[in-house]
Amino acid sequence: MTTIPMLFAASTFDVFVQTFFKALALGSLYSMLALGFVLIFKATQTVNFSHGALALAGTWFLSMIFIDWDIPGRWLPGPHWLHWGIALLLAMSVTAIFGLIIERLTIRPMIGEPVFSMAVITLGLEVIIRAVADDAVRLVPRNLGIPWGSDTFSLGGASVAWSYIAAAVMAAFVFIVVWRFLRTRTGVAMQATAFDQEAALAQGINVGMIFAIAWAAGSALAAAAGIFASMSPWAAAGVASREGAFFAFRALPAVIVGGLDSVVGALAGGMLIGFVEIFAGQYLSSYANILGFGYQQVIPYVVMLIALLIRPYGLFGTEEVRRV
Amino acid sequence: MRGRPNLYTSYASESRLFPTRTQQVGIGIAFILLLLMPFDLPVIDQIPLIRFLGDNSWLRIVNRMLIFCIAALGLNILQGLAGQVSLGHAFFMGVGAYTAVLVGGPSTTSLWGWGLPIWIWLPASGVVAALIGILVAPAAVRVRGLYLAITTLGLVFIGLHLSRFFPEIAGPGSLGRKWPKLEIRFWKEENPFLDFSSDGHWFWFDITDNQKTYYLLLALLILFSLWAANLARSRTGRALAAIRDQDVAAEIMGVPETKYKTIAFAISSFYAGVAGALAASFVGQVPPEQWDLILSVEFVAILLIGGMGRISGALAGTFFVVLSPRFVEEIIEWMTEQAEGDGAFSGMWDSIISLGSGDFGIISISETALGYPIPYSSLDEIIYGLLIVVFMLFEPLGLYGIWINIRNYWKGWPFSY
Repeated sequence: MTTIPMLFAASTFDVFVQTFFKALALGSLYSMLALGFVLIFKATQTVNFSHGALALAGTWFLSMIFIDWDIPGRWLPGPHWLHWGIALLLAMSVTAIFGLIIERLTIRPMIGEPVFSMAVITLGLEVIIRAVADDAVRLVPRNLGIPWGSDTFSLGGASVAWSYIAAAVMAAFVFIVVWRFLRTRTGVAMQATAFDQEAALAQGINVGMIFAIAWAAGSALAAAAGIFASMSPWAAAGVASREGAFFAFRALPAVIVGGLDSVVGALAGGMLIGFVEIFAGQYLSSYANILGFGYQQVIPYVVMLIALLIRPYGLFGTEEVRRV
Repeated sequence: MRGRPNLYTSYASESRLFPTRTQQVGIGIAFILLLLMPFDLPVIDQIPLIRFLGDNSWLRIVNRMLIFCIAALGLNILQGLAGQVSLGHAFFMGVGAYTAVLVGGPSTTSLWGWGLPIWIWLPASGVVAALIGILVAPAAVRVRGLYLAITTLGLVFIGLHLSRFFPEIAGPGSLGRKWPKLEIRFWKEENPFLDFSSDGHWFWFDITDNQKTYYLLLALLILFSLWAANLARSRTGRALAAIRDQDVAAEIMGVPETKYKTIAFAISSFYAGVAGALAASFVGQVPPEQWDLILSVEFVAILLIGGMGRISGALAGTFFVVLSPRFVEEIIEWMTEQAEGDGAFSGMWDSIISLGSGDFGIISISETALGYPIPYSSLDEIIYGLLIVVFMLFEPLGLYGIWINIRNYWKGWPFSY
């Protein structure tokens, strides 16, 4: 994501407030992406490398549904933001269905195979989906019809984009939903599956169903993160742009720092990485000629390497007990 | 032991490079074919499948494939032999390439370079990559499986950033800089002793630049393959295999895990560094974005499609992955010709190829067209992704697994197993 020039900020405190909100928003986006990774990892014990491509696909679905087909607007009266909200949910559902299809065709047959084979399949999927989606998006940036556009509001002397608030609210909403879900019967079944697939099967849990739910939820989260990362203060073309292509991979450090199998870790890791990246980008920018242009983009990986040296299983991850 | 090729009476006879007579003869024939390959020979030229061998446009891709083979062999040592999943191979290739350009490239006001000959910059690129590999190993040894994959993935992005950090080495902007050519000099003299980048005359026949490069790369590949094969048969190779199969058990048996994992990283990076230097020098000018995640994934795909842990698998996988886009291109060209003609089946081909705007068909022959009729540049990528997924789903052992099935069928005939 490109840095926004802090033109409106008057005092150092205002700069801090602006940076804080920006960091909060980026942290929320990383947390959302990380949560998608974690949900899929919890069920299938594998990292979904096609997360970024799913985010791109979800963003494209929203643009098709809302702009090209005008889906809720052609039947429903009402304000623009309501239509957009419905279209957002529709886009997430379509991405979830897309994830279900992928899961049924390519992941389900791999139950019991080595974990790395499954991860490589998702790498292959990433290549395919991205080739198709890049081709479908064309070189012209697509409109997402975001209700608040690039509007900002002022807080003291600082100006904060509504998109930041929207991303934070969406992340909070998503985390509460997932948190509630993990306390339901199905959610407990998912945790049991993650703990021991065979024992879960013996208890009568439908493991295939758990896989499907995890993939659907993960895909929907990818779509949400992709859409909220494509808003105006971030890069213009969002996840469809060249640097956006690796946006989901930049969330991987967040997952690793937090721990691959921890929901709390996803939140903490995402926020940590987001805050470090934005604050370093703001307050070290005078050293940019020493650190190199765009240094804030590699900070997540540096943080990850340091964190791995201290705790190889992440801050909140379960330590794997190895038996021979 | 005539007639009983599978009866081994000593460890030495079991671990020979080419144990059976069939393999020895096969390797011999393959070697002669490889030597004759770049020429237009009068008789071989007429055999359908190897008729292309003299063709220069094919030879360039074959050369590219030979370079990729070296890198794939390197990843095979780390991933197939030692079982350490790595998505950072492209990073080490980049390290090798930039070492080569620093040591061998020309020096200007804005660029660094010492202009040394190939016999310094080629080994140096491997050695520096290996040293970086050793530097990274302490962090990589601590993590396992997917955590390791993601850690090494981080290396690729850090490497991309470093290329912006040192514009004096990487060259300005996104164009990159010129790499030293493949030519052998003793020192910095004017005329090279052996020149691989222009046409020439060797012994009693003319030879083109691509044919010369082919021989250089073939020699290097044979050298590196033998090294990899011998490594697998040595004490180090057995230790790495033990770590791959069960690392805790290996350590209990007295195999120092950290030491051997570091060795695996170093050797694998050496291969990658040399391959990266060769690849950049072969192309001539490479932007830093070349060494990104997609390249790393390509090598993982090569190993999985070829068959993990096998030298023949790595070579076959590279053949398959590097040459398949060219085959697809060739097939589409042929289909277009058929669709434009008025043969009996032209209607059928026309329904697949979209010749102009508004024409029904799923493949567009125009490079610039985006959107629904798929341009074949993205068709390549889609087929490549599909290959990965299909191989993983249906043949996890890759081409090697297919070969084993075929071989067992003939061995066991008329019985089914």
